[in-house]
Amino acid sequence: MIDERIVLQLLKEGKRLDNRSFLEYRKIEIEKDIIPKAEGSASVKLGNTLVIAGVKVELAQPFPDTPNEGILVVNAEFPPIAHPTFEPGPPNEYAIELARLVDRIIRESKMIELDKLFIEDGKVYGIFVDIHIISNDGNLLDASTLASIAALHSTKIPKYENNSLIRNEFIGNLPVRYKPTYVTIGKINDSYILDLTYDEEQVINDLIAFGIRDDEKIVAVQKLRGKFKFNEIEKLLDLAIDKSKEIRKYL
Amino acid sequence: MAELYGKIVLPGEEVEKNEFSYKFNDRFISKKVSLISKNEEKTKAISLSSTYYPEVGDNVIGIVREVEAAGWLVDINSINYAFLPIAEVVREFIDIYRTDLSKTININEVIYAKVINVINYKIIQISIKNGNFKKLNGGGVISVNPAKVARIIGKNMSMMKLISEKTNCEIIAGKNGYIWIKSKKAENMIKAINAIKFIEKNSHFKGLTEMVIKYLEEK
Repeated sequence: MIDERIVLQLLKEGKRLDNRSFLEYRKIEIEKDIIPKAEGSASVKLGNTLVIAGVKVELAQPFPDTPNEGILVVNAEFPPIAHPTFEPGPPNEYAIELARLVDRIIRESKMIELDKLFIEDGKVYGIFVDIHIISNDGNLLDASTLASIAALHSTKIPKYENNSLIRNEFIGNLPVRYKPTYVTIGKINDSYILDLTYDEEQVINDLIAFGIRDDEKIVAVQKLRGKFKFNEIEKLLDLAIDKSKEIRKYL
Repeated sequence: MAELYGKIVLPGEEVEKNEFSYKFNDRFISKKVSLISKNEEKTKAISLSSTYYPEVGDNVIGIVREVEAAGWLVDINSINYAFLPIAEVVREFIDIYRTDLSKTININEVIYAKVINVINYKIIQISIKNGNFKKLNGGGVISVNPAKVARIIGKNMSMMKLISEKTNCEIIAGKNGYIWIKSKKAENMIKAINAIKFIEKNSHFKGLTEMVIKYLEEK
């Protein structure tokens, strides 16, 4: 634990504990296909934050309003091993928020061609993305999105035969096209700060996240806390688009 | 890689009998992550991670969490809050019905105190009346593993003095794993905190002082 007073004093003088500049990310390491039993998986290391995402492909019933499309479900787990503040039990509001934000960027960027996951009437492929936080040192949203997108890009579709899936035979890769990424931006004393560590997240009041696709389209926005002015948002969008290009290189 | 003082064992590993082991099927199993060094006479185990259990006479750093009617509740990184009575702060008489205690010490302020009474680890009393014990103004607290505080302080406070001289920071380390740091310059603060974290990480190696001097000069 590092006292809020120390973090605030450092941030006021434009410094960070790990000697990064305000607009610099920590070292990103992505490893794909780490879980043999999952159809797709990836782990993302962002400084001391470690997130693992796994993708499972199952047979599912389509939703009544989209009978010709596959389904997508995203779930996030905050196990107590990841951080002293995480408690066992049903997911807390932050776990639900994280899962919904990752769901939103995958769905709204249209990165998965869900209409190609149709099998026959009343049967489609269901894509289940599970995010596990292994170690929490802040910026879970960016890390979880990177892990989920990397996992989806390594996902294979199992063969369908006689009302069941054959697990060790694949018909090809999951039809994916884009690589959307979130860029979370914090504001302190009218300067903007990226890739917050856990201690920094505790002292920052204004936090906003932009989801950006490869073709510079904004596909998701979430104001996580605090308030922003309209002309600020425009400035932040340019920053987010620039940074998303940098992060996307790791995918 | 520097030389270790002994062998590191994890919980569940079979060890020779020591203070952090329990008996299971005629074997001794380690309870804690510990460093085991062998002497001619006996084996010695040092725990590498622990919770702070207060003892009478310990010097601790505390963060005030609540202002009560006749004192303060202080977080000393232990299982229970410690109580700081008014009588252990000021010498003169205070009428508690007419004075606002939060003007003397307020919530979130940091104190350097001595543990004067411990009953069952539940009732813990601390004092800031005598000696160097006082309310600390400015700065902030970082927490480290209480098992490593002895190494951060060093023999006769040598390590603490070293960091404080090389970085121009005021540093006070409490035995409970809270360390108070104050500096006007952010750069010095970063240097000091990273040096403390470096010691926490490498405390079980031989020649730590030289490693720390080298680390501080590199930065």
